[in-house]
Amino acid sequence: MKIDVLHIAKLANLPLSKEEIEKYQKQLSSILEYIEKLKKAKTDNIIETSQVTNLENVTKKDEPTPSLSQNEAIANSNNTQNGSFKVKAIFE
Amino acid sequence: MRLNDLTIKQAKQGLRNKEFSSEELVKTCLDVIEKRNKSLNAFITVCKDEALDKARKADDLLKNGQDLPLLGIPIAAKDIFSTKGIRTTAASKVLDNYIPQYDATVIRKLKDTGAIIVGKTNLDAWAHGSSGENSDFGPTKNPWNEEYVPGGSSSGSAVSVASGMALGATGTDTGGSIRLPASFTNTVGLKPTYGRVSRYGIIAMASSLDSIGHFTKTVEDSALILGVTAGKDEFDATTPSETVPDYQTSLTKRIKGLRIGVPKEYVSGQEGVTAEVKANFNESLKTLEKLGAEIIDISLPNTEYGIACYYIIQPAEVSSNLARFDGIRYGNERESFGDEAKRRIMLGTFTLSVGYYDAYYKKAMKVRTLIINDFEKAFEKIDAIASPVSPTKPWKIGDKTNDPLKMYLSDILTVNCNLAGIPGLTVPSGFIDKLPTGIQFLGPKFSEDLLFRIGHAFEQETKFYEKKAYET
Amino acid sequence: MKKKLMKHKVVIGLEVHIELKTKSKMFCNCSTQYFGEKPNTHTCPVCLGLPGALPVPNQLAIEWCVMIGQALNCQIPPFSKFDRKNYFYPDLPKGYQISQYVQPFCVKGFIDINGKKVGITRVHMEEDTGKLMHETSASLIDFNRSGVPLVEIVTEPDFDNSKDVKMYLQKLQQLVRYLGVADADMEKGQMRLEPNISISLNPSSNELPKYKVEVKNINSFGFVEKAINYELERQLEILEKGETPVQETRGWNESKAITVSQRVKEEANDYRYFPEPDIPPIRWTEKKIEELKTQIPELPDKKSTRFQRQYQLSSYDAEILIKNLSLADYFEEAVKAAKENATAKHIANYIINTKVDTDKILPAELVEKITQANRVETVSADELKTVVKKVIKDNPKIVQDYKKGNENVIQFAIGQVMYIIKKKIDANIVRKLILEELK
Repeated sequence: MKIDVLHIAKLANLPLSKEEIEKYQKQLSSILEYIEKLKKAKTDNIIETSQVTNLENVTKKDEPTPSLSQNEAIANSNNTQNGSFKVKAIFE
Repeated sequence: MRLNDLTIKQAKQGLRNKEFSSEELVKTCLDVIEKRNKSLNAFITVCKDEALDKARKADDLLKNGQDLPLLGIPIAAKDIFSTKGIRTTAASKVLDNYIPQYDATVIRKLKDTGAIIVGKTNLDAWAHGSSGENSDFGPTKNPWNEEYVPGGSSSGSAVSVASGMALGATGTDTGGSIRLPASFTNTVGLKPTYGRVSRYGIIAMASSLDSIGHFTKTVEDSALILGVTAGKDEFDATTPSETVPDYQTSLTKRIKGLRIGVPKEYVSGQEGVTAEVKANFNESLKTLEKLGAEIIDISLPNTEYGIACYYIIQPAEVSSNLARFDGIRYGNERESFGDEAKRRIMLGTFTLSVGYYDAYYKKAMKVRTLIINDFEKAFEKIDAIASPVSPTKPWKIGDKTNDPLKMYLSDILTVNCNLAGIPGLTVPSGFIDKLPTGIQFLGPKFSEDLLFRIGHAFEQETKFYEKKAYET
Repeated sequence: MKKKLMKHKVVIGLEVHIELKTKSKMFCNCSTQYFGEKPNTHTCPVCLGLPGALPVPNQLAIEWCVMIGQALNCQIPPFSKFDRKNYFYPDLPKGYQISQYVQPFCVKGFIDINGKKVGITRVHMEEDTGKLMHETSASLIDFNRSGVPLVEIVTEPDFDNSKDVKMYLQKLQQLVRYLGVADADMEKGQMRLEPNISISLNPSSNELPKYKVEVKNINSFGFVEKAINYELERQLEILEKGETPVQETRGWNESKAITVSQRVKEEANDYRYFPEPDIPPIRWTEKKIEELKTQIPELPDKKSTRFQRQYQLSSYDAEILIKNLSLADYFEEAVKAAKENATAKHIANYIINTKVDTDKILPAELVEKITQANRVETVSADELKTVVKKVIKDNPKIVQDYKKGNENVIQFAIGQVMYIIKKKIDANIVRKLILEELK
């Protein structure tokens, strides 16, 4: 099974060098080959499991509580301006 | 015996009886860290001043007769738990300068009960790994033989307890990341039922698989910590309202008559279980029989699909959970991700992508149901399951790092438990070539008290916890 | 548009996002009152996407979403869940948006627009993103809005002109205001429209065109028709050349009054949806669904029909009175208070024709005012004549001025008569008597 590593890396927002693409191509192919064994499992009429808690209807009330201060919110960023996070210009 | 050789139970007694102070106890641990962390690399961040300050405050409370479950006890936290004001890296270069603005619920609970956080322990970056070698801060070494891996991903936490740097340590177990390192370091490792302990504030690996647990020297200590960390959390919608029992009450009950199942697929050798591991496990079964348990052969027929199922669901969730690391609000840019993280992100992105979702992700979710059914069926006839933890003894550092798939296969005996969301307890079961090995007990959901009971009986009979990795 | 158009059918489907006015956000407890506040002052680990944070859904927001669906005649499936929509954008802190893909809260509804039935495909719940502000060399991000509850309403491609689209928006806005779940102020970004526009050159067939263009950034009611019409013209021009318009997203540029192509990101369409593992699913009981339905007030269409029937009002007048729920309620309060002293028609006319400040005057007080203006008191003709005679006798100047040709003095006389009688009388009757007497 061959993955289009370039395409997947773009989707995953991962910048990769040409060497990395080749390396991962090989490794991912061998992993996917192993995963193919799942095809043998008999899953007709089996419902998917996406959560194991069997919980339902867990919600919260509509009651606001204090937020982080602006300083706390931006404390871990290297790029801020007047309390906003700053990134390279995006043209929409 | 030095203060850091004590169990939590013994330390609590000593503190209460004023045989020593928390400051002395914490200082002893910090001394070991200072002496041995360079070679073992168990800690990424050591909180020396904060810990001593908190220890002195604990001593004041102790003087006034205060009694909290973990008052004055030094605990280490896996560096994937958010600690307010203390650097939290997930052992990745992406977060090497990240300081959380909040505490994980578990950290808050530990602090509220008086525990002293001595530092943040090393791990496979983002909890991706089974050996402790995937850390961007260097591999952690096994204190029993520094050329060998301590197991992962909670490598530093296991080593901190095994080498006397802390009396207990927190960990996470998504595919075996507590149970495996516990078995490689002669410590007790608990993976609770999924949802038993809150995940809030713990950097998410695979959301439907992450279980929050801990390392201790004894089963009794493990039960004590679970009593603190377990319970419904309003900030984690996947924590059920199940009451938290007093885990100490049934601890010492005998296990005579308990039915313990051994899955034939786990010991047949088809999953790479070596002869020496099998031999050690058989010895353990004899011990259990001596204690009065009934050993029953069972089958978990879909065991062989566990790794394939796990390595579709887990990377898919990983790829989504790591999407928030874009360097804008915190951390460094995505090119700082290590190889293993990049591999898993891409694997997960692929199996979720258009055209492949049905064949991979959806299929894996169905196989997950099969695996859950296997356990449910088995537990109709038995009380608990016993099995080896790792198919092999600990391996040498570097042995599996060139082959990601080979590394993944180390998880074969542990992943199915995570897919089903059931609890697992690893207890030391002896040594193979002077390297520790362990036995794991699995039970139905919320059966931690039963697992503690079995583990405690086994541990008290075999007394492997008395052996230390260092000169006492 | 000048030259003759070839036979074609306009196909428009609408996606509308409405911000709910809950007090707290969708998945965390931050306050939603962020408008006008300093940036990043309404955030927490959850809506900021900090490592380790987890979502817990807002019960009220979910119930309000269901009520919107019920008001749009939707079916409410008993089982529903959240999904992750994965994509990268600086205003999306987690790198995924918690939304609903396969099992939304509401499906298969409809709404009447201008006599036509427009299908509502689905109504679902999701979270809003942060806000981006663009400067020349950088973009700034404020996450105050991140996590605010958003309801997304998707219609079938049943619209064929921009006027109906505008009417739909107005009706939707009125609906959510009636429900009390949103202010839906377009200029504040509380209601956002994304039409999907295409043109079929085969008007007789039901097949949808093989392309569609999504238009973003229409920020006020005033521009809705203009933007859509511009886009239709643009597409028609391309089609007339024998080409097919590119399937893409375009942005409405207000100042230039054109739509502009936004960079086409093919991969961006693979959202890799999968079930949200952090949030347990929602299961409704019949009882709860019914309970929510009872909380829905009488909706505008029904109310208008009833007003016309019950109060004998024209549809035009009814529409004005039901424009917002508080005015409609005010009107009915007033009618109740008036009893037989004033007709509903009277009250309606008064309210419609004068600018009644319903905040400053109570319905009962308004009724007083109206009945005073209309009241015709019963005063006996004799009593009136006596008073008139007295006034003229006591005020000889009246006769003198009148003889001189001063008409205004009559007004004075009427006033004097009214003053003495102290009851509201028909001034015209008084005038007649005075004039008679003066002769």
